[in-house]
Amino acid sequence: MTLFWPDRPADSLTLRGARVIDVAAGVDGAFDVTVEDGVITSLERAGEPAPGLVLAPAFVDPHVHLRVPGREDEETVATGTAAAAAGGYCAILAMPNTDPVVDSAAVLGALIEQAHEGAAIPTGFMASISKGLRGEELTEMVELARLGAAGFTDDGHPVVSAGLMQRALQYSGAAGRLLALHEEDPSLSRDGQMNEGAVSAALGLAGWPSIAESVMIERDCSIAAYVQRPLHIMHLSARESVAAVRAAQARGVAVTAEVSPHHLCLTDDTVRTLDTNRKMNPPLRAEGDRQALLEGLRDGTITCIATDHAPHARHEKETPFEAAPFGVTGLETSFAAINTFLVETGELALELVLERMSSGPARTFDLPMPRIAVGERANLVLIDLDASWLVTEHGFRSRSTNSWLLGQTLNGAIVKTVADGRVVHAA
Amino acid sequence: MSEITTAPLRVVRLGDPAPPRRHLLGISDLDRNAVERLLGTATTIARSLDREVKKLPALRGRLVINLFYESSTRTLSSFDLAAKRLSADTMALRSSGSSVDKGESLKDTALTLAEYDPDVIVIRHPHIGAPELVASVTHAHIVNAGDGKHQHPTQALLDLYTMREALGRLDGLHVAIVGDVLHSRVARSLIEALTLVGARATLVGPPTLMPRGIESMGCEVSTDIADIEAADVVYVLRMQQERMNAGAAYVPSLREYAAEWGVTARRLRPSQIVMHPGPMNRGVEIAPDVADSAASLISDQVRAGLVVRMAVLYDLLAGGPGDDARPLEVA
Repeated sequence: MTLFWPDRPADSLTLRGARVIDVAAGVDGAFDVTVEDGVITSLERAGEPAPGLVLAPAFVDPHVHLRVPGREDEETVATGTAAAAAGGYCAILAMPNTDPVVDSAAVLGALIEQAHEGAAIPTGFMASISKGLRGEELTEMVELARLGAAGFTDDGHPVVSAGLMQRALQYSGAAGRLLALHEEDPSLSRDGQMNEGAVSAALGLAGWPSIAESVMIERDCSIAAYVQRPLHIMHLSARESVAAVRAAQARGVAVTAEVSPHHLCLTDDTVRTLDTNRKMNPPLRAEGDRQALLEGLRDGTITCIATDHAPHARHEKETPFEAAPFGVTGLETSFAAINTFLVETGELALELVLERMSSGPARTFDLPMPRIAVGERANLVLIDLDASWLVTEHGFRSRSTNSWLLGQTLNGAIVKTVADGRVVHAA
Repeated sequence: MSEITTAPLRVVRLGDPAPPRRHLLGISDLDRNAVERLLGTATTIARSLDREVKKLPALRGRLVINLFYESSTRTLSSFDLAAKRLSADTMALRSSGSSVDKGESLKDTALTLAEYDPDVIVIRHPHIGAPELVASVTHAHIVNAGDGKHQHPTQALLDLYTMREALGRLDGLHVAIVGDVLHSRVARSLIEALTLVGARATLVGPPTLMPRGIESMGCEVSTDIADIEAADVVYVLRMQQERMNAGAAYVPSLREYAAEWGVTARRLRPSQIVMHPGPMNRGVEIAPDVADSAASLISDQVRAGLVVRMAVLYDLLAGGPGDDARPLEVA
């Protein structure tokens, strides 16, 4: 049991007239879907589907920063999960780089309690690999896993020591949980502010080279092969990284990978605006990198689209670019952004996007699989592809507004979200 | 991918045709006409400075605030004097001794100063993007006097002015920029400005101080100091001591840097001119005898700094490309 939320009665409802797409279950057609007491009880063939209306397995986001404990001014369990519900998600995993760090049973236990009280959707918590994210000593992984840790990560920081990485991978076997890695060689990324390349050369911003990511992926895939353990690479950004994951997979390493909507949609050229909502870690890369990420997503090298939803206080982003923290929000805009900038342009197929946002991450993190089939718990997202909406600071459920999409019109709105048998969002 | 455009900072550039509020945040705010206009105004101003009474009434009643978050001798003093010579009121704020010491954010400092209704805020800041931020929260015209390693547009303009005074032309000129390009806002602005006026730039320096991808700005790159020989102008960049710090050493030693890339008399042709934005490290990037030689235009650059900054302030407030622009009268 790694997902937590309040125990309440399930809902009953019927969703009519949508095109139902569940790639994993082999379903694609017009159906009326009936849910009774939270369980799908019938799929009845219907006539022509309503234009633009799509019903799919709800999304799963394995990479969210809920900022609790410590930065409740930026996000809370309640606001972050409400944002996720509005974005079509039925489950999320929260990152442990909080203050204090989620590195002990006490901190994890308090979070689980908060989720039991006020999470809008089923919520899981990752615990850290190393105590205090210092990269020196392992956390008590077995105890944390027993209590409910969904996996382990030092996200925000790399595990610099190869020796500790080896121990962590070995020991994660006893905990029975996946390690998810933020890959960055700090001696290469240094004080990097953006991708190293033509744009950083022109702007004078310190460069964070693509190889700072890929050399660590290569190292950790070698260690994983040696100790025969799986690993997951978070927020891939560079072409070399996709190649490294693909090559490791080809030689039998159990490595999975995720990519964020902003790395799929944007390149470092957008940093020329000096908009602090274009500052991410890892940074936005060049067009060749973006193309490699898209190809990795298409060919299955990358199994998850993960938002890396990273709320920041307004005053911390209202600074010169160089002084601003890394990260952007994403839970409420992920599907619409990808639909607008990648599906409508023909760069990605809708079916592929729906799979990589739902069963892909669920399978990778061994979470309950959202399926549209009789007898399954209802985890559903109803989408209106024809609905356009303007992204404004006032429209977010998230407590923070540091979105790279402010002021833009997106196509595709989440009409309804059903999570574990309960309606958690209805527009 | 469809074009993704947002303009979170509603910044109007100096090159724009008839905007309500123009700024000089970087060389990309200028087109060739704007450069010609500014250099022409600077020439007019230079003539007026030969007179006994050097003050012009053009900006009487205007307020120019110099907001400096980094140390500066040349830039701050010349902006201050430039505003005074145009009869504007001036006010200088430095980060030390102000509320910045108490942790006030740049936004709040800018909002505070905005209440004095300044016509121009000249800002120097260690962080790239600071001038854009001030432009987005005040109604003043913003002049970037150096932001991080990004831009220093008035330095590039005064360099163009100096080159044209000395050599009579800019079009087709070949300028070698020597040294630490990686950390130089002066180099970035100068490369852009030279390209804009039809001159050619060759960057020369150690490979570790050449930014990856810099050639996409339209310049050539070399690691061989002998390549300065082909240039009309040798522009020497400051080699900063902190680039040599342990763990962040870009070159093994200043000794080796001076030996391999220092601009010495032996490495120059007789007709070449030498420039440096200052402050100099004599004996490191530039030999002392070169700095003091007839080929050196370093003191001309300082004089040019005053007239070019006067031209920029005048252009923002009274000149410019619009119909109601008034050409500067010095009579």
